[in-house]
Amino acid sequence: MLISRKERIFLLINNILLAILGFITLAPFLHVLAKSLSNEADVSAGLVTFWPKGLNLKMYKVVLGSEEFVRSFGISVFITITGTILSVLIVSFAAYPLSKKYFKGRKCMSFVFVFTMLFSAGMIPSFLLIKNLGLIDKIWVLIVPGLFSTFNMILMRNYFYTIPPSLEESAKMDGSPNVIIFFKIYLPLSMPALATIAVYTAVGYWNSYMSALMYINNKTLYPLQMYLRQMVIDTDAGLVNLNPELINLNPEALRCSIIVSATVPILLIYPFLQKYFVKGVVLGAVKE
Amino acid sequence: MDFLQLSKRTNLNKEKKHNILEELLFQYDLYLMVLPALILVAIFSYAPMYGLSIAFKDYSIMDGILKSPWTGLDHFKELFASLDFKRVFTNTLLISTYRLVFQFPIPIILALMLNEVKNNSFKKIVQNVTYLPHFVSWAIFGAIVLEVLSREGMVNKIIVGFDLKPLLFMTKKDYFRSIVVASQTWKEAGWSAIIYLASLSSIDPQLYEAAIVDGAGKLRQIWHITLPGIMSTVIFILILRMGSLLSTDVEQILMLYNPLVYETGDVIGTYVYRVGLGQMKYDFTTAVGLFQSLIGFILVLASNYLSRKTADTSLF
Repeated sequence: MLISRKERIFLLINNILLAILGFITLAPFLHVLAKSLSNEADVSAGLVTFWPKGLNLKMYKVVLGSEEFVRSFGISVFITITGTILSVLIVSFAAYPLSKKYFKGRKCMSFVFVFTMLFSAGMIPSFLLIKNLGLIDKIWVLIVPGLFSTFNMILMRNYFYTIPPSLEESAKMDGSPNVIIFFKIYLPLSMPALATIAVYTAVGYWNSYMSALMYINNKTLYPLQMYLRQMVIDTDAGLVNLNPELINLNPEALRCSIIVSATVPILLIYPFLQKYFVKGVVLGAVKE
Repeated sequence: MDFLQLSKRTNLNKEKKHNILEELLFQYDLYLMVLPALILVAIFSYAPMYGLSIAFKDYSIMDGILKSPWTGLDHFKELFASLDFKRVFTNTLLISTYRLVFQFPIPIILALMLNEVKNNSFKKIVQNVTYLPHFVSWAIFGAIVLEVLSREGMVNKIIVGFDLKPLLFMTKKDYFRSIVVASQTWKEAGWSAIIYLASLSSIDPQLYEAAIVDGAGKLRQIWHITLPGIMSTVIFILILRMGSLLSTDVEQILMLYNPLVYETGDVIGTYVYRVGLGQMKYDFTTAVGLFQSLIGFILVLASNYLSRKTADTSLF
């Protein structure tokens, strides 16, 4: 294919600009990474931009050895795995009947679910409810309220629509009950959609700190993001030096190593899961 | 009506009733399947709505919701008269509008640029790099922004390099809104570009070929083919965004703000959190939240209606 000179210049400029954009996006991460690996003195002096000055792994030893970090990491892992498995089950369970035209009350129930996307009671009423249910400072408060997502349910429901009804008809003629049809036919065929909502749900659980902020006062129950947030605030306020483990450490370098340590899990999982992320956007855009 | 017709009628009615009950029992397992979701939604989405009543009461924890005395619209009157609320409401609206104006074109441009890339692996690398920040939490990204803008951070290092005094960005209320919008763009632009990329790839390549034959240059092609091709997606998303005008990403602002920037950075969500949960002024902040939810509700309905009328697509 003949490319004119003008077009070649255009493509070149385009690629250069994109490369610059890509670098700008990465730059803050690189900056933090560099600070976390540098000599403490150099960090304070503001000498670090993208490349670490002197290789200093001390901060990582402290962070990864810190009981609070490891515990909050474990809590995040627990709530993410439990929450995701339960959520995917509950969401697909609900999506299945709603995808059947013969299901009585379908329109009404769909409205009940969709309405929650339009209007919510707000932060304070939710807080009062959790308080009255006695869920404050209980680890399940980080899992249960977020279990059902109407958005994910709609995604699953739309996917169920695309499965040929003849499969269900023949199974019913063989006398198969609905639940068996669901588990043996629909679920296996919906793997792409299930994987997508699983990934979305997992990322949601892993990243959120709002629930912990509102409902957890006990520091031993902090998930990873909440721990990170607390450390950022504490190191800023100079409070970290009260902790015997962390005394005499450069708060900035410490902060940066915590940030990197908290980011690494996502970075590791990302390459494996990114195709599901993208698929999900396309799936979500499919209209009824 | 003769006897025959009458009896047929009553028979039909009996059959109908019989069928409804029968069907309910017949499909009982389907109802069981929806049950967990219904229970969750009943408890965590609808039950709190009962608590909305304290927006109209003088709530005290001791009396509980039922026994707290009614105060009617007093909280709302207080709301509209309160300088605090006006400030918070303005901030929310301004930040959302800046977001709409600045964050909107950037993903589109990014998608257009990515669409032109011939080398597939380069394209993939840039894509993956730009939508990586979307998957990082605001706890992490907020902390990173704070590091970048700190006195010893990257940006100040450049400033110091020009022999100027370092700037404590996060303490400057005039910069705060821009920092909020810019950092969110940074985080989300790559991800938002995906939707546009998807619709870009659905444009018929023959249109491009015909345009090249007619002698159209790159820019002309973009103007006449590409942009109209994604117009319906653009309008749809634009209208959708308008529906969330009064909502903000509270996790982001909670990470980035501090008392020095409350004047420009305090939004409805953070105000409700700080004054409601923090200072325990439950009834007043519930009224604030209710106000926000109601307006949001109306906006979403309105934008959905608009979207159906113009772009012929809607959420429901």
